[in-house]
Amino acid sequence: MAAAPQSTEAPKGFLGWIDRRFPLTALWKSQVAEYYAPKNFNFWYFFGSLALLVLVNQLITGIWLAMDYKPSSAEAFSSVEYIMRDVDWGWLIRYMHSTGASAFFIVVYLHMFRALLYGSHRKPRELLWIFGCLIFVALMAEAFMGYVLPWGNMSYWGAQVITSLFGSLPIVGGALLEWIRGDYVIADATLNRFFALHVAALPLALLMLVAVHLMALHEVGSNNPDGIEIHDHRDAQGRPLDGIPFHPYYTVKDLVGVMGFLIIFFGIIFFAPSFGGLFLESANFEPANPLQTPPHIAPVWYFTPFYAMLRAVPSFAGTQVWGVLVMGASIVVLFFVPWLDRSPVRSIRYRGPIYKIMLAIFVVSFVILGLCGLKPPAGIYPLLAKICTVLYFAFFLLMPWYTRIDPVKPVPERVTG
Amino acid sequence: MMSNRWIMAAALTAACSTLASGPVRAQEEGGIAVESAHADIKDAQSLQRGARNFMNYCSGCHSLQYLRYNRMGKDLQIPEKDLQPNLMFTSEKPFDTIVSSMPAEDAATWFGKPPPDLSLMARERGRDYIYSFLKGFYVDGTRPWGVNNIYLPNVAMPHVLASLQGLQKPEFKNEPDANGNAHMVLSGAQMMSPGAMTPEEYDRFVRDIANFLDYAGEPIKAKRESLGVFIMLFLLAGFALTWMLKKEYWKDVH
Repeated sequence: MAAAPQSTEAPKGFLGWIDRRFPLTALWKSQVAEYYAPKNFNFWYFFGSLALLVLVNQLITGIWLAMDYKPSSAEAFSSVEYIMRDVDWGWLIRYMHSTGASAFFIVVYLHMFRALLYGSHRKPRELLWIFGCLIFVALMAEAFMGYVLPWGNMSYWGAQVITSLFGSLPIVGGALLEWIRGDYVIADATLNRFFALHVAALPLALLMLVAVHLMALHEVGSNNPDGIEIHDHRDAQGRPLDGIPFHPYYTVKDLVGVMGFLIIFFGIIFFAPSFGGLFLESANFEPANPLQTPPHIAPVWYFTPFYAMLRAVPSFAGTQVWGVLVMGASIVVLFFVPWLDRSPVRSIRYRGPIYKIMLAIFVVSFVILGLCGLKPPAGIYPLLAKICTVLYFAFFLLMPWYTRIDPVKPVPERVTG
Repeated sequence: MMSNRWIMAAALTAACSTLASGPVRAQEEGGIAVESAHADIKDAQSLQRGARNFMNYCSGCHSLQYLRYNRMGKDLQIPEKDLQPNLMFTSEKPFDTIVSSMPAEDAATWFGKPPPDLSLMARERGRDYIYSFLKGFYVDGTRPWGVNNIYLPNVAMPHVLASLQGLQKPEFKNEPDANGNAHMVLSGAQMMSPGAMTPEEYDRFVRDIANFLDYAGEPIKAKRESLGVFIMLFLLAGFALTWMLKKEYWKDVH
């Protein structure tokens, strides 16, 4: 038997036994201990690992919730109260899950904003960005279906409104709507299928997308606040001069971020789990009632910017479909950002004033859209929503033009810390 | 890095304006702002009085279908031997939930709709709303029970506590609408014929009910908040430790 030549560093014992059958040490080295990340990550680089943390939190608390939750229209609402009152620590698990849903969107929005700050979507990271956008879409579907499960009145009417968007599509709309709901209205059948999708199909999709997102990241390497490639300058062993191994440097640094995050996360859970009606809407403490519409239907805060864009578009030619198309386009346009951005530099540090102003306008209009979506469409809000919808799209659609004419500063050879 | 800070400042300002004007929903519907109950969910005596008031005046029609008698006894420090004779009026067992003996079909006939379960009313409408609602009945001859409510116009419920509070008459004020035409708008209520309680006694009576329903909406609330203090201290210590660990590891990164 010809034994494979073993290097002196090959692990012995149990680890060696595994390594001869599965590339455990090799994986650990290539993906963690010898994955070189730029040494100049700043505050904005915490949110990737935090998104992973929240994902794990949602999976684990979700498993435990599913042990006591009953996905039937007759029992769903009271089974949630059973979890809140009769299951040991059920209230904590449920609050961790409900607060986790909002936390997920907070960290993901900040994570995406980071990409826009430092050009993390630019070549060669286009696929990395697209996988991220797919995660965002899957996350929105996951959150929407999860919101229906408690079967409160806002769950019910929110689902009614959002699913009816599909009904506004021409020709196929009616049939599509029935196919999605499994009934003529939101009903037991809808709740059952949303449960199946929420606890099995979408978490699986999310996990797989996160895996390919990370694989793409480790293939192209991390961007950094200077938006330059650390692999252009290597030492004699081929290690990037401005890179440090992910482990232990970023594992311990991310641990600080995790603790900081947990302070805020558990601060909300223990002292303000409803978060003033933003994380748990007050109308959702009333059981689903098909005969009584809540006085004001609003989705949870993380959907309100898109909901505001939906409402901002007037019906035209006898159909509401335009608002639906605009809302869809507001998501789809994200996928094209790597090609819309024509700046010769990546990072905002070396971009000119136009991009900075446009990004600031974009962020402010996104937040105002969120505010408009929370409010009833009266007073100043419809006009604000219309203006901000235009600004939202202007940021993306004018990007090829303004990123090209924007004067840029010289980019350094090495990272600046 | 001025630009990043500038963008963040703009975003934060916008976010703060969202939060400042966001969460208060109850007030958007009605015209008159609710009154703060100034209740304390950690005040066991207030909760005990509230439970007594609820069982005597409310539980005939309203249930608390998610709250068990023995859970209430444990949380409110009422021994089980006192529970049965003082707060349980039918043949329930201590582990049963608090269900009204009024049949829902009959109630719907009598009142137009069945009296709602109050387990989650405080989470839905808020403790202050319940407090204000119970103080907000006024005489209105056009309503089936002769009373209406400031905070729930055209209320289906009679003024069950009228013998305690007395009867109030409505007050109106002139308010111009968008076209500048004056309209009479309800602005409050004033005592017309006093009941068995002074206004202060009645305020305390309904404050205790509101406090008790706040407890019933989330029985873990008081414990959650006191537990939270320890969790925060633990996490702060963890933050300090990991921060020092990071400093130590990063010493050689320049």
